[in-house]
Amino acid sequence: MSIALLIEQLLNGLQLGVMLFLMAAGLTLIFGVMGLINLAHGSLYMIGAFACAAVAAATGSFWIGLAASLVAAAAAGAIIEVTVIRRLYDRDHLDQVLATFALILIFSEGTRWLFGSFPLYLDIPSLLQGAVPLPGGGQYQLYRLAIIGVGVVVALGLYLLISRTRLGMRIRAGESDREMIAALGVDIRTLYTVVFALGAALAGLAGALVGALQSVQVGMGEPALILAFVVIVIGGIGSIKGALFGAILVGVVDTMGRFLLPKALALMMPAAQAGLIGAALASMLIYIVMALILAFRPSGLFAAQS
Amino acid sequence: MSRETIVNILLALLLLAVPLGASAMGEPFYITLATRIAILALAAVGLNIALGLGGLVSFGHAAFFGLGGYAAGILATHAFDGVPLFAGIPGTASMPIIWLVAVVVCGLIALPIGAISLRTTGVYFIMITLAFAQMIYYFAVSWPAYGGEDGLSIYVRNEFPGVNTTQPLSYFLICYAVLMAALGLFWLLRGSRFGAALQAARQNATRLAAVGITPFNVRLIAFAVSAMVTGLAGALFADLNKFVSPSMLSWHMSGELIVLIILGGKGRLFGPVAGAMLYVLIEYALGGITERWQFFLGLILLGVVLFARGGLLGLLAGKVRHG
Repeated sequence: MSIALLIEQLLNGLQLGVMLFLMAAGLTLIFGVMGLINLAHGSLYMIGAFACAAVAAATGSFWIGLAASLVAAAAAGAIIEVTVIRRLYDRDHLDQVLATFALILIFSEGTRWLFGSFPLYLDIPSLLQGAVPLPGGGQYQLYRLAIIGVGVVVALGLYLLISRTRLGMRIRAGESDREMIAALGVDIRTLYTVVFALGAALAGLAGALVGALQSVQVGMGEPALILAFVVIVIGGIGSIKGALFGAILVGVVDTMGRFLLPKALALMMPAAQAGLIGAALASMLIYIVMALILAFRPSGLFAAQS
Repeated sequence: MSRETIVNILLALLLLAVPLGASAMGEPFYITLATRIAILALAAVGLNIALGLGGLVSFGHAAFFGLGGYAAGILATHAFDGVPLFAGIPGTASMPIIWLVAVVVCGLIALPIGAISLRTTGVYFIMITLAFAQMIYYFAVSWPAYGGEDGLSIYVRNEFPGVNTTQPLSYFLICYAVLMAALGLFWLLRGSRFGAALQAARQNATRLAAVGITPFNVRLIAFAVSAMVTGLAGALFADLNKFVSPSMLSWHMSGELIVLIILGGKGRLFGPVAGAMLYVLIEYALGGITERWQFFLGLILLGVVLFARGGLLGLLAGKVRHG
């Protein structure tokens, strides 16, 4: 096992973590401000990927596709917020789970209706093709590095948005006391729609970025959604800082587990068996980590005050 | 007799009458459909103990449904191949033993999952139960010994003493009897001291604790019993399809089980039965018209959640008296 391979896997973990952060930031923001659990977040991720792939195929430009993914996901988010989600804020979590589960069925089948059952493919833009040399002699895909860069920029942007702007101030106020800020004359309904659309746009961005690495297909949002849930549960629901920390933790633990566990077990048992057990254990690893964290900190690492 | 009791009896008779009629007319397909309803209803009766009585929104009950299914599949495979399971213990094709194994395994796995999950509440509980189910799902997908992603076939339906289970109607009657027994269990539980404590834990945990009953223990037992009933349904489902695959463990399955309860009516004795009837009917009727039936299922479900709270039983038998 060389150092270059280890660095490459670490970067892969970081890239997965950044992608999860884009998903989890929206989920946790929506939960923090509106108290809503949104299963359809994975569908917004899928919408972003499909919009990017379709527009990029039509115009020939990845960048226009990327912009389209933001617009499409934010618009889809705003539409479902106004038509469906708005009616769910006062309901219990069970109703929210069911209604957003219904939205997943509608979005998945609707997308299959529009685009057919075959996956779409999205090429990495020419600007970001190629690889970067790594210390230790390996090479690393430039595009994946760029995703990590996008994640850093988004994290920084969200931090500034929430801590330095008027909108951010209202979001924070909405998190701590929604009746009070409504009483102070803030249009809370519009604020909710804006927050939901913002979260949706982040999910759409994640979908478009990942779409160039994997195939774009119906159902792609669900594994990402469930990992994002793990992330925000670990980080503490409602906390952006927790989402960032949880996302990096989950991304790195998952990737390194898949890479290192079979090798570690191979020291103790025959290689074939170690590969099997290692792969099975690695696929469960983040859930084990989550269970351990929740067993000691039932409301996550950076729990927001409720 | 209250209106709900009359509706319940009618539902029970309807579910029994359809396959008997289908059998008389030589339409085995409808018997299979009714068997599917009975088994899904049984799984939902299990979840209804946790969700309806205890207010525990478990989004991971597919784990127990699938574990029950795999218990049946694995035991039957070993019996078929004549290879001992481990330490010389043989497999078996006898349903009562398989059911016992499924129920015990689900109970033993539900206890640690419940013990960790019940430390949390609300959304955390929903997500952590989901995560545990995913953990078992990914284990089943990546563990190749029993088919991995491809699933596991049961070549011959398992046996029940004195009954020819390969006949669709006999197998339906077995499932129907188990469903009725589970409904009896639910009814007894709901009326018992334990059921009172469980419902009190949902309504006001602090008061329950003040009377000297620990809500955690009550909920944990309810969660385990609920998992055991759902696991039993999983074993029956595997035998119905003669096939087990990780899709029984998937989070879609967990969602479907919740959907069954909400369609029928949460916390009501026959809610899961009404829900399963409606769900399978929608699936069959829409599936016949369009390939995209899940789209319309989503719309119907959305309509029920937003506008028709109380589900089918709420519509047929009126509101529940105690919330």
